[in-house]
Amino acid sequence: MSGGTPRARPFERAAHEALQDVQLRRNLAKATSAIREKRALATGELPDWQALREAGRAIKAHTVANLDHYLMRLEQSVLARGGQVHWARDAAEANSIVQTLVTATGAREAIKVKSLTTDEIGLNDALASIGVHALETDLAELIVQLAHEPSSHILVPAIHKNRSEIRELFLRSMGLKASELSDAPSDLAAAARRFLRGKFLSATVGISGANFAVADTGAVCVVESEGNGRMCTTLPQTLITVMGIEKVVPSWRAMEVFLQLLPRSSTAERMNPYTSFWTGVRHGDGPQAFHLVLLDNGRSDVLASEDRRQTLYCIRCSACLNTCPVYARVGGHAYGSHYPGPIGAILTPQLVDTPEADTLPFASTLCGACYEVCPVKIDIPSVLLDLRHRAVERRRLHRGRLAALDTEDGAMRLAAGIFAQPHRYRWVQRWARLVQRPFVKDGYVERLPGYLGGWTRTRDLPAVAGTTFREWWLEGGDDG
Amino acid sequence: MRDERLMRLALFIPCYVDTLFPQAGQATVQVLRRLGHELHYPAEQTCCGQMHVNTGYQREAIPLVRNFVRAFGAYDRVVAPSASCVGEVREIYPRLARLARDPALVEAVDALVPRVHELTSFLVEELGVEDVGAYFPHRVTFHPTCHSQRVLHIGDSPQRLLGRVRGIELVPLPDAQECCGFGGTFSVKNADTSSAMLASKVARVLETGAEVCAAADNSCLMHIGGALHRQRTGVRTLHVAEILASTEARPWRQA
Repeated sequence: MSGGTPRARPFERAAHEALQDVQLRRNLAKATSAIREKRALATGELPDWQALREAGRAIKAHTVANLDHYLMRLEQSVLARGGQVHWARDAAEANSIVQTLVTATGAREAIKVKSLTTDEIGLNDALASIGVHALETDLAELIVQLAHEPSSHILVPAIHKNRSEIRELFLRSMGLKASELSDAPSDLAAAARRFLRGKFLSATVGISGANFAVADTGAVCVVESEGNGRMCTTLPQTLITVMGIEKVVPSWRAMEVFLQLLPRSSTAERMNPYTSFWTGVRHGDGPQAFHLVLLDNGRSDVLASEDRRQTLYCIRCSACLNTCPVYARVGGHAYGSHYPGPIGAILTPQLVDTPEADTLPFASTLCGACYEVCPVKIDIPSVLLDLRHRAVERRRLHRGRLAALDTEDGAMRLAAGIFAQPHRYRWVQRWARLVQRPFVKDGYVERLPGYLGGWTRTRDLPAVAGTTFREWWLEGGDDG
Repeated sequence: MRDERLMRLALFIPCYVDTLFPQAGQATVQVLRRLGHELHYPAEQTCCGQMHVNTGYQREAIPLVRNFVRAFGAYDRVVAPSASCVGEVREIYPRLARLARDPALVEAVDALVPRVHELTSFLVEELGVEDVGAYFPHRVTFHPTCHSQRVLHIGDSPQRLLGRVRGIELVPLPDAQECCGFGGTFSVKNADTSSAMLASKVARVLETGAEVCAAADNSCLMHIGGALHRQRTGVRTLHVAEILASTEARPWRQA
């Protein structure tokens, strides 16, 4: 059993469906507005919050620009402390490494710390294919796994579900009677705890992602709230960590910055409840075998583009999701990726090369709210613009001469040609004033065809003015 | 200090203001003339190209950058009643000029960009004026647009100007910082999501009981106003300049 795989569809189509879901709209609006307010308080109480953001960005920029150096250093440090390091070019390589490692232990089950990176590579499915069950132990991740649904938020995977929906799911999948479980959050958590406790004590393999890894010492860090991560990284005999290569930081000093930025930005806490570090292996204490799988999976291509490189600075706090007015209405599933929201809209199309992923950079009004809250100051709107440009150029390349038949492409070329020549622009204004006549009512157009029809389904459009500003000015610009 | 009134001041009236909202351009003229400025309107100006850039057609926007530089390059200051288009010029033009790989264009753009201003921040920050002698006896709520807040960072310039208008009853807009859902072609490419965002904005505007929803940008107002009109709410939108242009001698009247 594994969590579902996101369904790849053009964003606008997926969003259209999500917007019809009244329960989803309510759950999301409630959850995102609550966390948004809490986050504003948690970041507002630090007088040096802006300086911390600058520092976070600077550390990430430096590390990512010298990634080869720090990764080699991390490898040396992990090896020196008795861990093993594996390099994976892509998802298939990473999955095959983990499959081999788990097979060698003989385990049929592995317990997992919530990890976006293992979601990204589809590790649970890969393990299922060799008969190994990977059990999610984070409460929300367990919920979506039991529901066979993909996660809809990078921090709170079940944000789209409310507690009565979760209760029904637990009743169905944990074999409980209706009288045994209420929908009180404490009851639901207790049911999950009972379900998981035996698994923690019996599992021999733990699998995690990593929030950070310190190159200097080889210490790997997972930050979490429930203690399940601490269990997964300490109880099993074998610990396997799959980590995106951008998660390395140079030294412990960097942790001072990120352990302030991350909890306040993500869960709106001053400090998260569990911050686990482990360094290699120690005889007789904790896992006796530690494997660090370093995953590229498209990241070095992101690194190659100077404009888009900042995408790799992300520390997966999810503040951009909680702040985004688009995300708050359509939810995570509409993005068709384990990385939804604004960060997903720039990360997914750089990792996944599909026409569906290329619709994601357009899933934003460029309102800039994400950039404003990002703890490492990723200029998401600017990367969105860059990816929109790339999407247009790719579509042209793909369609060749047929690109000329594309309505939007044709209209944009035509408009550019008109605006580049003032006399053409003036002529079009006069022409539009004439042809609009039959459609104008009380100064507004209520229905437009084709591409522009999306506007007039819910909004009126002001008509071209009887006298444009230019005409008024040329007639003397008399304001008296 | 140089007398700002001796500078050559050009009006940049963005294409949609010129074509759909000329009254906002005329109001801009009235306010600046009332403050004693002589204005120029370069006839070559058309569109800044924001729609192209925001839709992914950056190359198509380059000729528009050239046209803008041709139209405005000779002026000391350029003022526009649009935070969004000024944001485009100030934040994006330097990138487009570099994309064009034309050193002369890069130089011209870098020299021009700092001289291009959004109207309300020009009045408050550059001219140091807050009271422009306006009179507007109506209940007004103000929507701070995304590009004015998060791209241009004009702060509270519009509110400071509105605060000094005589007779005005300003009511705060709940969730004011949230985007109205326009986003240029987003409003047609993702029409459903855009409309869902707009529904919230319209609800907040109606909650205030205001007769007028004002902003420093006609693009967002076109969006909000489009729904206010469609739903026959009886609430209208006005550019801040139109409120500032209204005086006791010549108060604003619905056209």
